[in-house]
Amino acid sequence: MLGKTAGGVFWMLRYMERTENTARMIDAGLRISLTRSSAAESEWTSILTAMGLLSAYLEKHETVEGGKVVNFLLRDKSNPSSVMSAVEAARTNARLVRTALTREVWEAVNECWMDLRDLLARPVREQSLPDILQVIRQRSAYVRGSLHGTMVRNDVYDFARIGTFFERADNAARVLDVKYYILLPSIMHVGSASDNVQWETILRATSSARAYQTLHEGEYDPRMIARFLILDKRLPRSLAFCYRKISDNLDYIAKDYGDRMPCHGMVEKICHRFETMTIDKIFEYGLHEFVTEFLSESQALGRQIEIDYRFYE
Amino acid sequence: MAESPKFYDEMYGHGDAARVPYSDYAKWFSGEEVGNLRRKSSQAEALFRLTGITFNVYGMEEETERLIPFDIVPRIITAKEWAMLEKGIDQRVRAINSFLHDIYHRQEIVRAGRIPEEMIAKNDAFLPQMIGVAPPGNIYTHIVGTDLVRTGENEFYVLEDNARTPSGVSYMLENRETMLHMFPELFSRNKVRRVSHYPRSLRRSLSACAPPVCLENPVVAVLTPGIHNSAYYEHAFLADQMGVELVEGQDLRVIDGRVAMRTTKGYEPIDVLYRRVDDEFLDPMNFNPDSVLGVPGILDVYRAGGITIANAPGTGIADDKAIYSYMPEIVEFYTGEKAILKNVPTWRCSEPEALQYVLDNLPELVVKEVHGSGGYGMLVGPAASKKELAAFRAKLEAKPGNYIAQPTLSLSTVPILAKSGLAPRHVDLRPFALASPKGVEIIPGGLTRVALKKGSLVVNSSQGGGTKDTWVLED
Repeated sequence: MLGKTAGGVFWMLRYMERTENTARMIDAGLRISLTRSSAAESEWTSILTAMGLLSAYLEKHETVEGGKVVNFLLRDKSNPSSVMSAVEAARTNARLVRTALTREVWEAVNECWMDLRDLLARPVREQSLPDILQVIRQRSAYVRGSLHGTMVRNDVYDFARIGTFFERADNAARVLDVKYYILLPSIMHVGSASDNVQWETILRATSSARAYQTLHEGEYDPRMIARFLILDKRLPRSLAFCYRKISDNLDYIAKDYGDRMPCHGMVEKICHRFETMTIDKIFEYGLHEFVTEFLSESQALGRQIEIDYRFYE
Repeated sequence: MAESPKFYDEMYGHGDAARVPYSDYAKWFSGEEVGNLRRKSSQAEALFRLTGITFNVYGMEEETERLIPFDIVPRIITAKEWAMLEKGIDQRVRAINSFLHDIYHRQEIVRAGRIPEEMIAKNDAFLPQMIGVAPPGNIYTHIVGTDLVRTGENEFYVLEDNARTPSGVSYMLENRETMLHMFPELFSRNKVRRVSHYPRSLRRSLSACAPPVCLENPVVAVLTPGIHNSAYYEHAFLADQMGVELVEGQDLRVIDGRVAMRTTKGYEPIDVLYRRVDDEFLDPMNFNPDSVLGVPGILDVYRAGGITIANAPGTGIADDKAIYSYMPEIVEFYTGEKAILKNVPTWRCSEPEALQYVLDNLPELVVKEVHGSGGYGMLVGPAASKKELAAFRAKLEAKPGNYIAQPTLSLSTVPILAKSGLAPRHVDLRPFALASPKGVEIIPGGLTRVALKKGSLVVNSSQGGGTKDTWVLED
């Protein structure tokens, strides 16, 4: 396959994943603002921070208000991470790599774009927000399903999977990076309502709330939450899970091409760390330091994949 | 039915009863409800949007992707009519390839005095870089889209030979898919010849033109100017349907005398490049130095036999509107036969006598730019205002060599589904032919373009034209 196509497929899925992640962030923020209006402003601020968008937002708006933030995150075209920008970028990449996709996948992406373009044509009011978030969830599930159900399992599919998990891990790590302090023991107030809500936000923003409840019998514990999001291989959004998948898919390509590249060594190293790490060791090392280091290693891996598989000239 | 007996209607002829090829369709139509059919028509549009068969419009902020309107009433051609068209196109395509070979070699046709030398030497579409180059199988134009018009029961004319990079074949295929999807019953009642094998035929035909340097299965690729090109959908569609890579200039590089594409495993040589990039942008080292769409050095590789470019550079001279007027001579010179398909009588304004005639009869004529396309820069005399005529007259006098003129043809009509039912609109037809050393293959059907505006004779999509599914019936 063309290097350009590998890059296009990788980015198409990254943007699809980003579309979902942004919707999930909005969902988490909405939840807080509905249940605890006093915390709403700081909650929206931390969501913008987690997405690296606070300064971009403040350039356009003087105050942090739910309605403005929601519209900024959903439909502002000057915001490259808004749902509309991300889905548009996903579709542009899909057009670019149209020949590598099945008709079903292309149409799922195109329909996602067409529906959201219509839904987000005008500013979104609070009462229609739940429906819109629902459509985003359904449309992206449709893309994922058609990819899963119709694509040949070859290098195209592998690059698509790598893009998905790369973006997902990146998103989870950013949430942890911004919220790490509420998981630290120093400011931990066991059982206090404030922390429960904060923890819940983290779990919601990573779509892990229900999974956590099921596996931990409803007990909120910051250390358990951190362990769950970083190390639990059962959770399809944990860092360990995503990196296992990235590693598997890079291995399929290596096997297919009969050639291992520098990126394989790098991903192995990251995976090995997750295998041998315990949550106690992470906290000993420093949760913040751990996440920061992970983000920079993951960026380096992304660049290496680009080079190894000739995404660009 | 027909709005004016002046025009031949392909469904009703000059009368009220449906002609034989349309009789079954007319019967079916009379049992359908117009409102229902119009709903189907909007469904078709939704299908096209989903497929993404759109073309880009430049310079607009919103709605930069437009659909070419699709009309659900098919255009139907009988087996007998098709047999004649097929023979005529085949003859013409063979003649054009011989002509191209000749003018880039010994120029026998000029020596024989059948075409004036300046028609070639002074023609911008003539590429001196191609002199002495012999592409594999002596095929220069691999894909041809011959524009035909009809004026009566047995009257067909060739309007243009699109021999450089004809487009529109994706509409031929998608229109059929859409009709099959929406009106399956029509296809069990009528024996319509298939068109869906076009991509396979195209790939086979291109592979048959692989250069000698290619020893195994030829690697074919489609070269597109990119995602912003108005025909990008078609480029992607054809590459996808053929199962080959869709490349841009930036994916390609000349390595060891071959043109190679950057893959995830390294650079892989290409044997046959179906390019949808104009000559001018193909090679910044040999043509337009500012081009970022092409591949530096590709022409040198081509001349050395390292790659096949389809269509070959320099084929534009064969579909130049001034050369067009010599097509009857060209066909006769190379095939030794009279041309089966007629040319539209053409006045070359470069000739003083012809110019005088054109100036004297401007309100009755259609005047076209020699190198123009897409319906831009042309004058339709009968439809033009006094002011427009005067303005065009000035242009003509200033640069007569830039124009040709033709009588306004009474283009045939085929009904479209209008608000109140069927209404006749003017059409043309572009069948697609594939040339390889194994011969010429013509896909039964083609692209029917239809002027949706009442009375309009301009069918180009850029001027408000639409398309129809084209049926060629089996015997």
